[in-house]
Amino acid sequence: MTAFLALVRRDLQLAMRQGSDAALVLIFYLLAVLLFPFGVGPEPNILARISTGVLWVTALLAALLAIERLFVSEYEDGSLDQLALLPLPLSLVVLAKILAHWLLTGLPLTLLAPFLAIALGMDQAGYPVLVLALALGTPTLSLIGGLGAALTLGARRGGALLALVVLPLYIPALIFGVAAVDASLSGLAAIPHLAILGALLLAAIPLCPWATAAALRQALE
Amino acid sequence: MTLFAGHDLACRRGERLVFAGLSFRVAAGGALLLRGPNGSGKSTLLRCMAGLLAPIAGTQTWSDRPIALDADAHRGRLRYLGHQDAVKPALTVLENLVLWQQLHGRRDAAAILQALAALGLDRLAELPARLLSAGQRRRVALARLLAAPALLWLLDEPTTALDDDGVACFARMVGDHRATGGLVVLSSHGDPGVVGDVLALADFTPAVEAES
Repeated sequence: MTAFLALVRRDLQLAMRQGSDAALVLIFYLLAVLLFPFGVGPEPNILARISTGVLWVTALLAALLAIERLFVSEYEDGSLDQLALLPLPLSLVVLAKILAHWLLTGLPLTLLAPFLAIALGMDQAGYPVLVLALALGTPTLSLIGGLGAALTLGARRGGALLALVVLPLYIPALIFGVAAVDASLSGLAAIPHLAILGALLLAAIPLCPWATAAALRQALE
Repeated sequence: MTLFAGHDLACRRGERLVFAGLSFRVAAGGALLLRGPNGSGKSTLLRCMAGLLAPIAGTQTWSDRPIALDADAHRGRLRYLGHQDAVKPALTVLENLVLWQQLHGRRDAAAILQALAALGLDRLAELPARLLSAGQRRRVALARLLAAPALLWLLDEPTTALDDDGVACFARMVGDHRATGGLVVLSSHGDPGVVGDVLALADFTPAVEAES
């Protein structure tokens, strides 16, 4: 447990020192969402109607943007060898890195979303569910993205490949994330959708780090 | 007494069989020097010993027990140092070492001070690692071996980039490690200042296989 926390702290510390991708992700999220009013036109009804989808899809793309580098620097400076040899199982090493990554990107995205929802004119009734759905959905996105990052590690044009591998896997989280918010906006119960998002997360927590660790071992050979 | 041994090992990198029929043994307090031209499989053998790479044939044993039976215990007793230093440039020398200890579940400030002193890094402790020269980074990587000790050291060209003083420091720390019963396997082209059994990897390079 000490080692797990030390690893999380290390990644946060490294991100703070190096001026991480985290700020870039947030700025990307902000700009991408704010492009929609320009693209679609300032018609409030249209914007409000598509706001849930816009917020989710851009959050998904923003999450993808940052996850690519998750293992690259570790791989390049030899740290990955050392991490694979720690007493801590490699799947927990992966989980620690993904937790740190989520704290740096997914969590700020989640907190920023309601403010962007204001800009898009979303009905206030949707805000709590939007935040809740993102809080449940973005960790799943980070976990799946980590798997993609490990699979494409060492590949040329890893970034483009990563998007192809990961985006289809993001679809379930997207569907239920949007459905939860839309349900609350139309006065229906959001709980079933949130429950499925939670279930996806609970499935991803053990499965993704395990698969990611296997992919990393492959990359190390 | 043989502690760490390999029997009839063969390893493959991609499509190429790097070595085959290779056996080695290292006793407590012993050192094994891997020699051979580029591409003869020194790094491959070290990675195989560390368990990062699975051999395609043969077994490795620790006290006559196959290490594959208890990979966790094997990882716990070895320290591997590859070509890259795995030193995080954004952290200071001291932070790198403290972090290394924490990752191994240890907290021992005295060991860190000793490690810094043994490698002549005292004055650099507060410096971010990105400001270090290649030789100084290598010293930090070596200091990690002392900060979180383990019985078996697997070192891939540990003296690369070190100056004469660095090599002397290295030879001294290997001597101390062996005096306390530690094992060292290292590859080197030059003189690492360590005396031990020599394993010439060129002897195990398979004759060019008949292309079937």
